[in-house]
Amino acid sequence: MNRFPGAAGLVFNEPLLWEKGRPGRTAFSLPRPDVPAAPLPEELTADGPDFPDLSEPELVRHYTRLSQWNFCVDSGLYPLGSCTMKYNPKINEKQAARPALAGASPWLPEDLAQGALKLMHDLERLLAHITGLPAVTLQPAAGAQGELAGMLIIHACQRERGGQRTKILVPDTAHGTNPASAALCGYQPVGVSSGPDGVLTFEAVASVMDDRTAGIMMTNPNTLGLFEANCRSIADLVHERGGLVYMDGANLNAVMGIVDVAALGVDILHLNLHKTFSTPHGGGGPGAGPVCVRSELEPYLPVPRVMEENGRYRLSEDFPRSIGRLHAFHGNFGVMIKALSYILSLGPELKTVSQLAVLNANYLRKRLAGVFHLPYDRPCMHECVFTDRFQRPHKVTTLDMVKRLMDFGFHPPTIYFPLVVEGALMIEPTETESKEDLDLFIEALMEVAREAAEDPEALRRAPGLTKVRRLDETAAARKPRLCG
Amino acid sequence: MRYLPHTPDDIQTMLTVVGADDLEALFADVPKDCRMKEGLDLPPALTEWELNAHLAALAEGLPEPGEYISFLGAGSYEHHIPEVIQALRGRGEFLTPYTPYQPELSQGTLTAIYEYQTLTARLLGLEAANASLYDGASALAEALLMAVRVTRKTTVALSRLIHPHYRQVAETYLRPTGCRLVELNYLEDGRTDLNKLPPEGELAVVALQSPNFFGVIEDLKNGAEEAHDRRALLVAAFTEPLAYGLLKSPGSLGADIACGEGQSFGLAPSFGGPGLGMFACLMDHVRSMPGRLVGQTLDREGRRGFVLTLATREQHIRRERATSNICTNASHSALTAAMYMAALGRTGLAALARLNHDKAMYLRGALEAAGLPPRFRGPVFNEFVVQAGPGFERKYQALLTKKILFGLPLRTWYPELEDGCLLCVTETRSRAEMDALVQEVRP
Repeated sequence: MNRFPGAAGLVFNEPLLWEKGRPGRTAFSLPRPDVPAAPLPEELTADGPDFPDLSEPELVRHYTRLSQWNFCVDSGLYPLGSCTMKYNPKINEKQAARPALAGASPWLPEDLAQGALKLMHDLERLLAHITGLPAVTLQPAAGAQGELAGMLIIHACQRERGGQRTKILVPDTAHGTNPASAALCGYQPVGVSSGPDGVLTFEAVASVMDDRTAGIMMTNPNTLGLFEANCRSIADLVHERGGLVYMDGANLNAVMGIVDVAALGVDILHLNLHKTFSTPHGGGGPGAGPVCVRSELEPYLPVPRVMEENGRYRLSEDFPRSIGRLHAFHGNFGVMIKALSYILSLGPELKTVSQLAVLNANYLRKRLAGVFHLPYDRPCMHECVFTDRFQRPHKVTTLDMVKRLMDFGFHPPTIYFPLVVEGALMIEPTETESKEDLDLFIEALMEVAREAAEDPEALRRAPGLTKVRRLDETAAARKPRLCG
Repeated sequence: MRYLPHTPDDIQTMLTVVGADDLEALFADVPKDCRMKEGLDLPPALTEWELNAHLAALAEGLPEPGEYISFLGAGSYEHHIPEVIQALRGRGEFLTPYTPYQPELSQGTLTAIYEYQTLTARLLGLEAANASLYDGASALAEALLMAVRVTRKTTVALSRLIHPHYRQVAETYLRPTGCRLVELNYLEDGRTDLNKLPPEGELAVVALQSPNFFGVIEDLKNGAEEAHDRRALLVAAFTEPLAYGLLKSPGSLGADIACGEGQSFGLAPSFGGPGLGMFACLMDHVRSMPGRLVGQTLDREGRRGFVLTLATREQHIRRERATSNICTNASHSALTAAMYMAALGRTGLAALARLNHDKAMYLRGALEAAGLPPRFRGPVFNEFVVQAGPGFERKYQALLTKKILFGLPLRTWYPELEDGCLLCVTETRSRAEMDALVQEVRP
């Protein structure tokens, strides 16, 4: 299997921080004290936390070794469905690290902060243009906080319309976070089943949308990688019955320059700058989850807002109908810089990005159809969903297969999600993967399928080339050890 | 475009496999009336050097490092970031993975976050820390929601000396829940007045910030006793974790939850974000905790390894009954904070915290001698409030022209402090810079 990227090599062991070092060492260059010591009452002070003392070389070796235990987009294909693990451009890191931007206090007087405010305003305008929804807040610090912002807007709007509603419709093909976000606003999520072809039907929504329901949370394209083609008629129905339409835009990478989100009937949309707009995921954040809304809902957006008048920018909290503040300052500004840099570097080619993302996913779907079971055998958007049905007779599961895939040098796809499909493998290759790499990935998956039939034990033993083998997650949860 | 590897030949070959005539044909499922009519009317793509010029132009006008002598703090702090941390945190292996769902391929992130949790728990004197939340403000909001879950009571008492923006975020999160918010006023020494706490029957939580927004160190021990007497939890918030290199930890003083902003630990201010929300509690409450947790376990061969654990609290398993909707953490910020804590060690953290305190006290004394007395006499860490005196506005502007950012006027949130101004001094301010300020404000 040496044509695949996966290979064994020397990997270093490394103890935990507190298993290293000696008291009295430091990796920090302390400034020379230039003021007299000032007393502080003894009852307030302690000897400092029980931290290990390490030298700078020890610190460098520690974190370099740890870093080598990670698989990352920089090292290989990372086809996690609905996560959009595209290439993260290096030049964008440099922009966010510009000393004047990185060093800016959020309290800078407006006169000194014009460039930062303009940057935010420009990004808002670009996102409005890309989505078709005119009013934008950049404040939410993550997709889930964007969802919360959306739910709070629905909550505030329904309260003003007189009489709070109690339910939110959440289709079975929506993102996993949606029900919890609705619940934070006191809403009871009501499940709606997708139709036989994997998309939501007008009838299914019509049968549950009533005057106690505040709105619907749709993910479009949905988590089966399918476009919700009935979105418009469903939105019209929800509006007619007094509800609002929220779209989870985590999968926007499929439709930039193609779909006008406003024309879909959507009132509120959240985006993930760390997915569609290429900012690095960082091992789980920080990201950013801007929210775009129709102009009627603009008064509800979180404060402060960036205002522009004759080329002058200022922050305003003067929005009495606002849902309030969601972040200590203005959101994850450093992430915004990278997303802006990405959009400016692509320009109108963002449409090509979406086209190639969809092409890559369909290419995988076509070439792997027959090798793995396709629960919805029809053209997909940016991701496609297979299942382990063909392999189950060999007593091999999705989990076994993806663990084996690691040995070939590929990160597994998203597994066991969406829940509507049993044993799901949800693959999102993204547009930054070349045809050659896709071909290798396809070959690796075919090899895994062949092994499932001929040598299933090889899959159950996998992975074999990783730093550690399969880990006992049950024991970890039963007797949690959360601290060393 | 250099990020897109497809040649026209590749595209043609792939379209043939897919069975589509052209790229547009891939979108046959999108109804005509939902299409973007005009396409994307965006400015033409910038080259790498055009992008550099564009961002350089935006950054122009913002102060370059060292151009202004800044005494701004108030939840976003200027600390020295060692080069070694910049170099290590920038590694692609740390920047470009996802949340560590596949532990065999993510031991680097998982180990680093386990270390972060451990150092955070030790810093705050509590038993368990999560893998971080978005920022200090949402960490406080999540802590209040957690306390309401744990106690099954609904009145939340918030000190007025908690960062005003944090209180606003808490209000946003709590508004739809029906919880009652009570504000606790402050005493003449700049500490929270705990004499008017709501009765035991309804009180779920008392939240204090220490050092508080005025920079004053709160009496957390007394706060914990008052809260516990009413079967309520004490949440100890903070904006400046460096203080706990010198001060007794919130946990050792009886706090049930400690939470706050970790930006001081190796992260640039970056106009307010990203930072990270640090969050720690007692093991008894860990199953009510929001956010990701990393735990230690063994692999099939008995080797130590780390995994995401206690996921049954979380949104993707428990759905609407989850402890929070939070999905990711601020993992890369938490990694940075762990690197910073490890770079300092106990010895370095204690020395750096001491230096911050000593410098702040130096300026506080020097300003008082120059006729700008401190507004509160309670003990402080690296921030304090001065009474800037009449005509303060003009003075503030005059200092700006001398490239001095005096501090943060407090009137907006505390109208009673007409001329109150919050100043911060970290290790990055030299005695000469402080003397220069004092020289300017001397009558």
